[in-house]
Amino acid sequence: MNLYPVRAIYMAEMARTRRTMLQSIVSPVISTSLYFVVFGAAIGSRISEIGGVSYGAFIVPGLIMLMLLTQSVSNASFGIFFPKFSGSIYEILSAPISYLEVVIGYVGAAASKSILLGLIILATSSFFVPLEIAHPFWMLTFLVLTAVTFSLLGFIIGIWADGFDKLQLVPLLVITPLTFLGGSFYSIDMLPPFWQTVTLANPVVYLVSGFRWSFYGISDVSVAASVAMISLFLVASLVTIAWIFRTGYRLKP
Amino acid sequence: MNDPIISITGLNKTYQGGFQALTHVDLTIQRGEIFALLGPNGAGKTTLISVVCGLVNPTQGQVLIDGFDSVSDYRQARERIGLVPQELTNEAFETVWNTVSFSRGLFGKAPDPAHIEKVLKSLALWDKRHNRLMTLSGGMKRRVLIAKALSHEPRILFLDEPTAGVDVELRRDMWEVVRGLRESGVTIILTTHYIEEAEEMADRIGVINRGEIVLVEEKAALMQKLGSKQLTLQLQTPLTKLPGTLQHEALSLAANGHELVYTYDGQQEEEGHGIPALLATLEREGITFKDLHTRQSSLEDIFVDLVKERA
Repeated sequence: MNLYPVRAIYMAEMARTRRTMLQSIVSPVISTSLYFVVFGAAIGSRISEIGGVSYGAFIVPGLIMLMLLTQSVSNASFGIFFPKFSGSIYEILSAPISYLEVVIGYVGAAASKSILLGLIILATSSFFVPLEIAHPFWMLTFLVLTAVTFSLLGFIIGIWADGFDKLQLVPLLVITPLTFLGGSFYSIDMLPPFWQTVTLANPVVYLVSGFRWSFYGISDVSVAASVAMISLFLVASLVTIAWIFRTGYRLKP
Repeated sequence: MNDPIISITGLNKTYQGGFQALTHVDLTIQRGEIFALLGPNGAGKTTLISVVCGLVNPTQGQVLIDGFDSVSDYRQARERIGLVPQELTNEAFETVWNTVSFSRGLFGKAPDPAHIEKVLKSLALWDKRHNRLMTLSGGMKRRVLIAKALSHEPRILFLDEPTAGVDVELRRDMWEVVRGLRESGVTIILTTHYIEEAEEMADRIGVINRGEIVLVEEKAALMQKLGSKQLTLQLQTPLTKLPGTLQHEALSLAANGHELVYTYDGQQEEEGHGIPALLATLEREGITFKDLHTRQSSLEDIFVDLVKERA
């Protein structure tokens, strides 16, 4: 593997984050703070503890996961879509680099941004609620795996999209609803039995549950199921990307 | 000279939907030459370049770059190539310095600020190095694309319509840059609509039409072989018709008999039937002239004839 191209792509992508600091970092932090104000303080004070955890603290993992999923997808999809849109993708395609190097550069940068953002939100939330992290290793593992997996998904969306509308389609119509309905703001035990079963078909439930377990040791589904689900996502994304590069789908006529 | 740096054999490209953009293209580019690829719009010039550079998958055939297969040995093949695309495609918010340095890294080379500085200075971009690309003029953006293509010190440079939309002065500057590159040993393949450009710069010309290579020839030989010349004599006394000794398909009267036009090619000239024989006949017939001028057909005329012939 040649590290210079990976570094070139990674640094160029990170430079864009620095240029768009307000949109990339400040804006998600502000919206997360608003969630705390509304759900944590205003409404949360009227909701009883869940599994021995105050409602404000309970939603922290879900909020981080919400930001992590949407930002990973949107960072990675924009990162590869923009060169396609501007035409400068010709340089990537004609460079002496392997597909793996391209993916590591783009997805690595997108995942780095999301992880950084997740940690910033975690730090921000500590100003609002008392936090504890029961399993720091697993917390970081879930954080990194989710960021990488959803950045891979974003990369796929960026290649698939042939317009800005499609770029927004999946994050808005799929990721956000699944995250809101995936137990970010509630425990699935609070749902009627029928909806508890239905909600298990939502893959985000497993991500939020596993991540919350790493904080408070409470989960809706088993941790093994959470790890299996994120691994399944990761493998599916990698297989799809391998297929894209092998066939040149939407990249090479 | 037989030292090929690019060998294309049996190359076919059929796009999804069935459009055949390239049909059995065989082409060899010699090391160190400037090769101009001419062809009308949609002839397959950009597709051919795109296949060589890895932007388009070939349907069939093989491309060897300095002996390396463009598909199986893509790393070695592509690191030798710099591509300047036809469209002005740039990351609008990047600075000149950053985008050119990015290209060097992307092509697997260690950072070398001294080389980037040299490239930017040679293209008169040094003063603009901190400018964002969106603030540059079209001509400057074109130069940035050339700088990006040269950032990794390629041995082969593809210039796809390099001076499209560039003013005359800048075009001449670019020709100088290209000549300088050739002198430094870079092989240059350019496609152009400006026949004048090919005529001015190329060592060899290839003509592509409807996806097929119609002709490849040394420029001088091509003009010699296919280029016709015209001698126009302005007569002292107008003629109503040509005398019998001058009844020849190569001769005609123009401007109401005030001009005698002789059209000939390099072949006739070599065989000695050319101008001396005509002048001797005129003298014998007592036809005198007060002025004359000659005109040689340009590459453009040759190109139009060739494409028309095959249409």
